[in-house]
Amino acid sequence: MYDIIVVGGGHAGIEASHIAAKMGRKTLLITANIKNIGDMPCNPSIGGTAKGIIVREIDALGGLMGHIADISQIQIKMLNNSKGPAVRSLRAQADKITYPKNMQKALKNTENLTIKEAMIEDLIVEDNEVKGVITAEGERVYGKAVILTTGTYLKGNILIGSENTPSGPHGEARSNYLSDRLKDLGLKIIRLKTGTPQRIKKNSIDFSQMQKEEGDKKYWTFSHDYKASYDIDKQVPCYLVYTNEITHQIIRENLEKSAMYGGYATGIGPRYCPSIEDKIVRFADKERHQLFLEPESLYYDDYYLQGFSTSMPRDIQEKMVHSLKGLENAVITKYAYAIEYDAIDPLQINPSLENKVLKNLFTAGQINGTSGYEEAAGQGIIAGINAALKLAGKNPLILKRSDAYIGVLIDDLVTKGTIEPYRMLTSRAEFRLILRHDNADLRLREYAYELGTISDEQYKKLLNKKEQINKLLKYLQENHLNKQDKNIFKENNKNFPTSNISYYELLKRPEINLEFIKKLMPIDFSNEVQEQVEIMVKYEGYIKKAYKEAEKLKKLEEKEIPENIDYRKVTNLASEAKQKLEKIRPKTIAQASRISGVNPVDISVLSVYLKKEYNK
Amino acid sequence: MNDTICAISTSMGTGAISIVRVSGNEAINIVDSIFDGNLIDKETHTIHYGHIKYDNTIIDEVLIMLMRSPKTYTTEDIVEINCHGGSSTTKKILEILLENGCRLAEPGEFTKRAYLNGRINLLEAESVNDLIVAKTDAARTLAINNVDGILTKKIRNIREKIVKILANIEVNIDYPEYIDEVQVTHNLMKDYIKDITNELQQLIEGAKNGRIVKEGINVAIIGRPNVGKSSILNNLLDEEKAIVTDIPGTTRDIVEGSITLNGVAINFIDTAGIRETKDVVEKIGVDRSIRSADRADLILFVANNNEKLTDNDLKLLEKYDSENLIIFVNKSDLEQKIEIPGNISREIIWGNTVDINGLDSLKNAIKNKLNLDNIVNKDMSYLSNIRQIDLVNKANLAIENANAALKNDMPIDLIEIDLKSAWEYLGEIIGDSYQDELVDNIFSNFCLGK
Repeated sequence: MYDIIVVGGGHAGIEASHIAAKMGRKTLLITANIKNIGDMPCNPSIGGTAKGIIVREIDALGGLMGHIADISQIQIKMLNNSKGPAVRSLRAQADKITYPKNMQKALKNTENLTIKEAMIEDLIVEDNEVKGVITAEGERVYGKAVILTTGTYLKGNILIGSENTPSGPHGEARSNYLSDRLKDLGLKIIRLKTGTPQRIKKNSIDFSQMQKEEGDKKYWTFSHDYKASYDIDKQVPCYLVYTNEITHQIIRENLEKSAMYGGYATGIGPRYCPSIEDKIVRFADKERHQLFLEPESLYYDDYYLQGFSTSMPRDIQEKMVHSLKGLENAVITKYAYAIEYDAIDPLQINPSLENKVLKNLFTAGQINGTSGYEEAAGQGIIAGINAALKLAGKNPLILKRSDAYIGVLIDDLVTKGTIEPYRMLTSRAEFRLILRHDNADLRLREYAYELGTISDEQYKKLLNKKEQINKLLKYLQENHLNKQDKNIFKENNKNFPTSNISYYELLKRPEINLEFIKKLMPIDFSNEVQEQVEIMVKYEGYIKKAYKEAEKLKKLEEKEIPENIDYRKVTNLASEAKQKLEKIRPKTIAQASRISGVNPVDISVLSVYLKKEYNK
Repeated sequence: MNDTICAISTSMGTGAISIVRVSGNEAINIVDSIFDGNLIDKETHTIHYGHIKYDNTIIDEVLIMLMRSPKTYTTEDIVEINCHGGSSTTKKILEILLENGCRLAEPGEFTKRAYLNGRINLLEAESVNDLIVAKTDAARTLAINNVDGILTKKIRNIREKIVKILANIEVNIDYPEYIDEVQVTHNLMKDYIKDITNELQQLIEGAKNGRIVKEGINVAIIGRPNVGKSSILNNLLDEEKAIVTDIPGTTRDIVEGSITLNGVAINFIDTAGIRETKDVVEKIGVDRSIRSADRADLILFVANNNEKLTDNDLKLLEKYDSENLIIFVNKSDLEQKIEIPGNISREIIWGNTVDINGLDSLKNAIKNKLNLDNIVNKDMSYLSNIRQIDLVNKANLAIENANAALKNDMPIDLIEIDLKSAWEYLGEIIGDSYQDELVDNIFSNFCLGK
């Protein structure tokens, strides 16, 4: 008998099982193929805009992804480095051989964690309470809580042209019955679609025809604790390729042969991940589209052709790829395909990621309707934490929208639902100015320490950082410019302020940074402390406003809606609002207010009702 | 529930006093910031005398009732401002409060707060509940219906412009590797902001017209004592409201009276003669006149044909020289002794109140200055209620902030924050404001992804 059983060894399952074991729970990770744990079936990268910040958050909470990406990357860069601090995010090319290897090693070294190879086709359920899982061979494994992280394996179907093959990704066995079983148990099943582009053999590519995209000449890590030790000059480049009129013509002429346009697919694909045929149809006047060639690994020769995902038959794919400059003689090692799979309606999930219908069942990742390794891992760690907390009889960890991108992600899913695979975007986060790459530890490590998912040493490091930040802030506030500074201003071609302002005030000026202030006064603080202070001072107005907004929202978050509320009894609610509230059953007034179709008036009515009935 | 709300609590219309009520956490701070006395450390349930100020000008002389939480109607901090009656002063105070961080209360909101804060008991609340809901719902629909089709279209157009920029910025942020897409640079942003500012200015100008139609305009009559200001006013009003005597300085109070031109109310404000004086009582009147003149939409300067212009007259002419100045030379029936300096280029109307001459020309001049024929005949798609005007002003302020941030070289994604709030404020006017719109826009206008 296990405490927690995690089904699926993808990015969600890894974080879920690792964190649950770390929290002292006897955990079992069951996966169809142990060699595939930590596999990256699609793009060979970790991070990206918004996603990179999720990785930082996972790391802050005590998860694995950040550190494993650090020791497995072959190129890394800070995106949006020239833009504001809020939108900076790390992206790494992760080696597809090294990453899973390192991940498997980390899991093997995790105490309380057992790994087992099996395909799960059924759940043990009594009175809507999940008690364990049943393998394809009929073996029953019991656990107090089950976390499903099945990715695209539920009734997966691979589509290439008119071919339709029941399969998990890359020909792996799929789960044939589990989603039907979930349906029988009362869950609403939705069908989603995603796709992956071609892989091209390295020595068949003429790179001289393409623009090189290099990594940063600067050290970066996702992890808060790991010190970078890679050789910045040995990073592997990516390449930029463009489609052309010939490519577009080939696609237009063969449109009806694609699985999607030929009507062979039923799943709904994501808008942010359109197939190349979608792009050509929807943006007909665009002369070219950008594609990227990304190295998959140092240990084999495939390049991933980002931007060219398609469900065209193989012969058309050959023509399409060969029309690209530098790929005239390209050898395709894997054809692009679309994959359809079953997922559950996220509106049936609680913010804790526990299912509303089936008790002790948690879900994370693509089964919840998301897309992306990072989104999956972010949910995985929360599902693991909350399953462990539940067994300990404690309240779940529900990250607020102003706490973390992970909070935004889960709140969006369980409040708004989704009809396409959900990808995180910075524009989904209204508090993105406070959800930064640089402050993930400041935002989340207090929670982590309380959960016991970071060490005393890591916690001490956090406290020290906080102390140093306050010290530097105080130092800047208490010291003022003096006349001797004038020369240094002159030497650096800067205007000397007319009034006797503090260094704090000085730092607010657009042309001044801490590096310059260092010339005026000795500052001995670490780079990350300096960075933090610089951001806090320079953008103080905006940041304060964001915190004020967050504070307002927090008060609404604290207004809980009782679980047994009967919306039919709330008179004066608009009927649309009543329907939506009944369906989603939000946990708090704040969550209710984010449901589309629930208006401010409805919220007032609901508040009045709660006050009256429950004195909340 | 946690913001600070304000509203005019007395009925609209002309009464001796009006009360503006403010309730919420920030009530005392906000009123204190526009009041020339100090309220911060004053005890609860006390009354304070002073003035409401705006841009260093006194708006009104008021009594302020300070009531601290919890023994108040809403159980929150409440400040009530007792000001002089008359819709323009009261509204001005309300506007100043809105500008300083209050939100306009929805109908019944004070009562709602009283209820939600547990001050009214459940039985009472039962009946209040229906009332509140009915009122808010109706008010919302009403407010949205008030904005007619053309105006909605105008606002929608501006919002569309803004959302396109927002989506472009978001794409630059979320897909930095897509270098083929337009990059929103500071330079480009400058043009965008200029364009939106123009659009908003048109709305605000329109709002002025809307107010003109709804509330009329104020014309201040100024000039030396005894040049016949009161007589002109009386003739225009056709009634004896102002006191007319031959002794200079008798009109010490502002007298208001209105006529209707093209269906628009023209409110005349007779001012005590503006001149230097040592008489304390008269000085109060003079100061007050200066203030009314400064606030008026039009200035009617009256001079006496039978006298030379004094230095004081010339000073006044200089001070109020603008498009909105009309000069009326009175007593044209007497011998002309007045000499009009060559540098005065404004329209001059000659007339007198003895044989009633020149008054029609005066009325025409007023009509022309305000372009009344146009205002009233146009599509009339003006923002006219205070809620809408408040929101457009807020949108405009947000754009101004964006502009300031641009000048300070702030990153585009921070400038975007203000742009986004402008977009949301405009959405509130027409009743749609939701996040998904932005994400939809990103994917319908840009081509990205694997």
